[in-house]
Amino acid sequence: MAVIKKIVLRFPKRLVDRPIIYRLVKDYDLEFNILKASITPEQEGLLVLELKGKQDEYDKGIDFLIKAGVNIQSLSQDVTRNEEKCTSCGACITICPTGAFRVDTKTRLILFDNDKCIACGACIPACPPRAMEVHF
Amino acid sequence: MKTIAEINERIKKGQAVVFTAEEIIDIVKEKGLAKAAREVDVVTTGTFGPMCSSAAYFNIGHTKPRIKLGGGRVYLNDVPAYTGLAAVDILLGCTALPDDDPRNRVHPGEFHYGGGHVIEELVAGKDVRLVATAYGTDCYPRKKLETLISLKDINEAVLFDPRNSYQNYNVAINCSSKTIYTYMGALKPNMGNANYSSAGQLSPLFNDPFYKTIGIGTRIFLGGGVGYVAWQGTQHNPNALRGENGVPKRGAGTLAVIGDLKQMKPEWLRGLSMQGYGATMAVGIGVPIPILSEEILKYTTVTDAEIFAAVVDYSDAYPQRKPDILAEVSYAQLKSGKIEIKGKQVPTSSLSSYPKAVEIARTLKDWIQKGEFTLTEPSIPLPGVDAGIVLKSLEERKIEEVQD
Ligand code: SF4
Ligand code: SF4
Repeated sequence: MAVIKKIVLRFPKRLVDRPIIYRLVKDYDLEFNILKASITPEQEGLLVLELKGKQDEYDKGIDFLIKAGVNIQSLSQDVTRNEEKCTSCGACITICPTGAFRVDTKTRLILFDNDKCIACGACIPACPPRAMEVHF
Repeated sequence: MKTIAEINERIKKGQAVVFTAEEIIDIVKEKGLAKAAREVDVVTTGTFGPMCSSAAYFNIGHTKPRIKLGGGRVYLNDVPAYTGLAAVDILLGCTALPDDDPRNRVHPGEFHYGGGHVIEELVAGKDVRLVATAYGTDCYPRKKLETLISLKDINEAVLFDPRNSYQNYNVAINCSSKTIYTYMGALKPNMGNANYSSAGQLSPLFNDPFYKTIGIGTRIFLGGGVGYVAWQGTQHNPNALRGENGVPKRGAGTLAVIGDLKQMKPEWLRGLSMQGYGATMAVGIGVPIPILSEEILKYTTVTDAEIFAAVVDYSDAYPQRKPDILAEVSYAQLKSGKIEIKGKQVPTSSLSSYPKAVEIARTLKDWIQKGEFTLTEPSIPLPGVDAGIVLKSLEERKIEEVQD
């Protein structure tokens, strides 16, 4: 059985230059699409992947990642904004690794694009009125 | 050319001509300074951002039997209030934290709830838990008190902020190689972002840079209600470096403000959590500027491109109190989304809300146009550049051991 899943991988600093994704392809025959790659403020590597392959190989691949020390989250988590709490200050703009926040240059309101959000969680403690909320 | 009394006559008749500090820029371009100065009565300003030196004091009324909270301990929703006053007067600062808050034990701390959040809840009409202990006296025998209170049950509830509405502020950046968490937000390593906090061309003291109209007793928009300028704010420094247009390029002036908390709104007094730094409160302030002369009108036409702020390294220069700055940038540059520092493009973000500042200036304009808000003549002006103020830093002195 084939599966396609979107996942968020967080690599601690020590793993950033290791050929981990290459092993997923070579050892587990998984196909991948990189949806987003960046380095977070904590100097971790952040990678959002779409992985495609056989279910058992996929499970083994995920197991391999966990054992290697990679933190994995599924993209099913959803981060939303509580519009009543948001003051449109803009503190989140430079925090978000995917550019999910943007300023409307006319009104200077801060717009949130949920489609760009990978639910990394960085904006949640960084938002002063705590307007960003995570849902599982 | 005009007096405040004349402007008030027009306000009462519903005839006052009012613009926000944003709108006035184009009005003066269109009509010219002289004509606009004759026609315009008031320019309204606004700012909404974190203001740590904010507090409220309360008189909670006497219990039966009586309790003397003065010298005892009082908590409001677990946040400690100051009790060094009379029997049932207490003061709550917006940065106060519950005793058991983990603070920065695991860095960066989250600071979910503090004094500012309690003030916001009270203003929203909610009940707050008051838990107090006292030492007991002959006239105030009681030693313990646990009760709910709300703003409608207590006598006075007064917002009293020793320092708000800074005339200008630093732009914070981080030159070190690790993320730092400051009162200017999270700053990414190697100049990864730059944070600023001012409404720029809409901000009250940028529109009256020499305090020609704003003084002690000026009636203002405060926290969604009406308040007053009580005094110059702490650290008021009129002698900060100024540009040729007179606009300060550094911190400069500040306001101490006061007003009845009971008529304020939670939307304009918001508890905030600054990751790794602490709890605070966002305060909404709007100051009306009476257009008494062409000179005063001219000041209100200042634009973001003409206002400059200093970029300061918060990993070293700021904590070590070094005077070094990395650059001066205008608010127009800051609002473009990036600034260039040492050849690097640095993305910018703001901590104060411009859309909320606009809303405040518009609300104040609306109140004045409807005749609901008249202007006051200040009793005395704020100390100006000739007041001889020198901002002091603390130079530590040894405490000699006391010989008996
Ligand atoms: S930091 Fe929070 S309050 Fe500020 S604009 Fe972003 S979501 Fe809104
Ligand atoms: S959780 Fe917040 S910071 Fe992370 S991607 Fe989504 S919007 Fe951006």
